[in-house]
Amino acid sequence: MSAPGNVSTVTTRDELPAGTAGSPRDEEAKPVSGLRETLYFAVRNKKLVFGLTVTLSMLALAILGPLIARHPPLEYGGHLSLAPTTQDGYWLGTTLLGQDVFSQFVTGLRMAFIVGALGGGIAAIVGMVVGFTAGYRGGIVDELLNMVTNVVLVIPTFALLLVIAAYLQVRGIMTEAIFIGLTSWPWAARAVRAQTFSLTSRDFVSLARLSGSNSRQIIFKEIAPNMSSYLFMMFILLFGGAILIAATLDFIGLGPSNTISLGMMMQLSVQNAALQLHLWWWFLPPGLAIMAIVGSLYVMNVGLDEVFNPRLRSM
Amino acid sequence: MLRYLLRKLLIYSLTFVVAVTIDWSIPHLMPGNPVLALMSRIQIQNPQVAQHVYASYMRSFNLDLPLWKQYYYFWVSLVHGDLGTSIMQFPTPVSSIILHAIPYTLGLLIPATLLSWYVGNKLGALAARRKVLDNTLLPFGYILTATPYMWIAILMSFLFAVTWQVLPVGYAYDPTAGRGWSLTFGYDLFRHWLLPFLSLFLVACGGWAIGMRNLIIYELEADYAHYLESLGAPRKLVRKYAFRNALLPQITGLALALGAVIAGALVTEIVFSYPGLGYQIYRAITNEDYFVIQGIFLFIIVGVLIANFVVDIVYMIVDPRTRIGMQEGGQA
Repeated sequence: MSAPGNVSTVTTRDELPAGTAGSPRDEEAKPVSGLRETLYFAVRNKKLVFGLTVTLSMLALAILGPLIARHPPLEYGGHLSLAPTTQDGYWLGTTLLGQDVFSQFVTGLRMAFIVGALGGGIAAIVGMVVGFTAGYRGGIVDELLNMVTNVVLVIPTFALLLVIAAYLQVRGIMTEAIFIGLTSWPWAARAVRAQTFSLTSRDFVSLARLSGSNSRQIIFKEIAPNMSSYLFMMFILLFGGAILIAATLDFIGLGPSNTISLGMMMQLSVQNAALQLHLWWWFLPPGLAIMAIVGSLYVMNVGLDEVFNPRLRSM
Repeated sequence: MLRYLLRKLLIYSLTFVVAVTIDWSIPHLMPGNPVLALMSRIQIQNPQVAQHVYASYMRSFNLDLPLWKQYYYFWVSLVHGDLGTSIMQFPTPVSSIILHAIPYTLGLLIPATLLSWYVGNKLGALAARRKVLDNTLLPFGYILTATPYMWIAILMSFLFAVTWQVLPVGYAYDPTAGRGWSLTFGYDLFRHWLLPFLSLFLVACGGWAIGMRNLIIYELEADYAHYLESLGAPRKLVRKYAFRNALLPQITGLALALGAVIAGALVTEIVFSYPGLGYQIYRAITNEDYFVIQGIFLFIIVGVLIANFVVDIVYMIVDPRTRIGMQEGGQA
């Protein structure tokens, strides 16, 4: 895949070896109280707890922040280039033009979560539809879908997004998220296809087929639940990837037209010489926030992998 | 072996056709007359220039012709290397803008990509299954790979160029100093190159290290590794085999990550005003210079396809299974 952030390098492998989260061997080996056991390990996994804590606190800030901000994010106030202060609620200072950085920051956070959830969600859905169909059907359908996947995989999607966004006259956060979702699914599709492929040949799938279940029932009732943890982890990576792509697009000047985002904050700060003027409160928070969200998502993913996969627990 | 390469070539040609088609169709999908819409948006003061731009737009869009002919002529001019004319830097052809920017971008991209791949893989291999290193190196890896490219560039520029003033920032060389192939000019080029290179290198490095660390852990759990261990093979030997096997997906990953690194290079150039493709595309976007944007898009596609093909050949050399056709296509 070609999303910024090298997400692909974490999961470059199509066929994750046996013992990876979600592979049927683990599910079968689990005792009856599987959920309780998973929870038992989940609350004791430091990486998972850390990642979840950071992500949730950022989410809380994204939800509550705009409610406690004293100034609208795009309003020009009287104080120019103000350093962070408690005065008038300019907790993160103001920009060169007098806009409230805190207000912009929390609005940007909100946008980041929207883009992540929507873009990552769309990518996950397309990836699953393509992956399940290709892996379960096999044959010519698989060949064709594989061809499409490979083509989209090779196209540098960021460059494609650039051209599309440049031609859009009015850009909204939703359109941005949809386009990101529609271009970042290929690696997910390949991963799902490989997993489906290996599950399709299992006895319990044959049994379901013998007992008269149709393809859709088999995919949703037999195959998908057996790789649910894998799918969840995939969504997390797509979520983080979408946030990074959106920030990059916004930074290049193709952000949503009617609001502010973390990427746009960085763009505006660079454009207005915030670096040379030492207005660090303007350009440090947006990047830090993205790093915190995406980084904690990745760490959370490693934690989840350890929770779902008993072999990694000894680490 | 030939089959493997032919199959790859087929996918790449198909990709190229799809990309060119998308590139052609995006302006056509806009509602109304694209030429008039473009003209109203770019607002050129000089009427002579405006007339010329209008004519060149009309020519390149061929609006009076049926759609299939428009498409056909798009390909014809593409084959002749005609990517249109820049509006902002009228009347420079887009192709010459790209050709001037290319050395800077490649000079950043190639060393940063290859070195980060090498160093990242080594670090990741070191960290795998060594608790102390794992707990110190890995968090760094995660932080780096989650960092937006432009932010690390901003940080570097702020620290090294503005606060400590040890390195210059902006453009690829000092424009006041004389150009020419001298040692001082080379040194000047190097000093301007160092910061953008480092920002690209650091972010990419984190991703590779994490990838390699995870792959090695999986490899060490594989049957052959356990078998070697049970034979009493030294730990070092087992790790060596694991490393070699883990390199294969990392080579494929190199092709996959290319899009991300290119996006990273584009924004890094913007932060440092480094005169490569990213800087040109930023100027084109702020000035609504569509031919430049589309031209650079096509150029990036071609570059990525070539790089993918090189990676395929390397993969074929490294993995004997693709050569004898046991594992058809390997990763495709």
